Amino acid sequence: MQQVEIADILARHGEKEGGLISILESIQAKYGYLPREALEEVAEKTGHALVDVYGVATFYKAFSLKPRGKHLISVCLGTACHVRGGPQIAKEVKRQLGIRPGETTPDKEFTLETVNCLGACALGPVVVIDGHYFPNVKTSMVKGIIDRARDGLDKVEVDKDARVFPIEVSCARCNHSLMDTEHKLDGYPSVRVTVSFGQKHGWLELSSLYGSYNTSSKYEIPENTIVNFFCPYCNAELMGGSLCSECGAPMVPMIVRGGGMVQICSRKGCKGHMLDLL
Amino acid sequence: MIKLKINGVDVSVEEGSTVLEAAQFLGFPIPTLCHMEGLTPYGACRLCVVEIGNPPRSKLVSSCTYPAEDGLVVRTSSERVMRARRMIIELLLATCPQSKIIQDLASKFNVRQQRFKQEYEDCILCGLCVRMCEEQMMAKAIGFRGRGENRSIGTPFDIKSEVCRQCGGCIYVCPACQLRCTYNEPEKAICGGCANLAPPCLEKENFHDMMCYMDPCVACEIRKENN
Repeated sequence: MQQVEIADILARHGEKEGGLISILESIQAKYGYLPREALEEVAEKTGHALVDVYGVATFYKAFSLKPRGKHLISVCLGTACHVRGGPQIAKEVKRQLGIRPGETTPDKEFTLETVNCLGACALGPVVVIDGHYFPNVKTSMVKGIIDRARDGLDKVEVDKDARVFPIEVSCARCNHSLMDTEHKLDGYPSVRVTVSFGQKHGWLELSSLYGSYNTSSKYEIPENTIVNFFCPYCNAELMGGSLCSECGAPMVPMIVRGGGMVQICSRKGCKGHMLDLL
Repeated sequence: MIKLKINGVDVSVEEGSTVLEAAQFLGFPIPTLCHMEGLTPYGACRLCVVEIGNPPRSKLVSSCTYPAEDGLVVRTSSERVMRARRMIIELLLATCPQSKIIQDLASKFNVRQQRFKQEYEDCILCGLCVRMCEEQMMAKAIGFRGRGENRSIGTPFDIKSEVCRQCGGCIYVCPACQLRCTYNEPEKAICGGCANLAPPCLEKENFHDMMCYMDPCVACEIRKENN
């Protein structure tokens, strides 16, 4: 079974050389870690030596050769989060779970890792659990967050979620509001970002109604294209670490005014999204 | 042909040669550790540092990786070079003091003390064995793993490699004798217990899974006889 799945992943990445890291990323996304058999298969199919594949897999911190727990807790210790108390948060998570970064709890529930930036510096200190962002975390909040993660954070499902309400968002990097009051979609101010795909680069406006998928853009975006989102103010790419649970494309994080984080799938036509309110 | 000046002597070398090759052609000694003819230059050990350019704006480069350029002025044993070289030897001594090659270098360059935290690593990550395995033996059985202070050399997953032909080339080129004898750490993949002739591996039970470059191994044969 596993062999078939890995063959699928390899087929999706094509024959060209240089795709090793993205192949390993896909495998890691599928199994949560890199099984030994998978690495051997990748080496065989791509024509790389096993040492090279193994060298890459052990070089990058994002790859794990050991099975991970059901939930992955990433505590950000990047510069912005560090000065706002990231290390204390990390210490509290360690204390609560009784494990050190890189380890998995004996009940296989949680894996703890520390990361050096999650691209949401305005929210620091940030904790991300299974792709859900928890902004401005205080040590007293850690226990609650872990308990919520244990119950499952993906309880709100995309299809059943019929709530429709307008939200205001800002850039996760510079915290500048992304709302555009001059152009309205669905009767509410739209969310204006810059996107690029292929050779094209232009504005995109998204409906600010949570639950509405109306957009308008400078260039027509073909269905199924994964586009890159940028903040029009700080020009940083809006990029988080998580992948869409629907289609596997990267998720685009934005801060919701009032506290929280919304993430939308970067693939045109995909309705995958996540909302975390605190 | 490229004309350059090494220690005040004019030399012309072929295009594509390195500063190290030019200096060796003239007979100026430059110590090396991670350099070996027939393997690609790697520039890991930095022992071959030389000073290029004229003093106020001179800089130190590793001569094994620096291509000879027209009009280049090189000094292979200036005060600055020697100071840097002695520091490198001191750092190597701090990492791997038991290596005969490093001890000999220290004595040659009159390094009498070592001011850093003493460690007893069995590898200086010079990459000679990795390049030997890949470039001369066409095997790619061993390679670098991990990153930073966890960087190490070995087979994938630390198990017997299928592509290794047990040629022993890696042990032959190793300046730190990393793989020569690992009898007290049987979890290491390459045995090499027989390479020192007092075979301590006789006492160990778990050598079935090890890789040994002498097959049949003297030490193992003796052990079989004794049983």
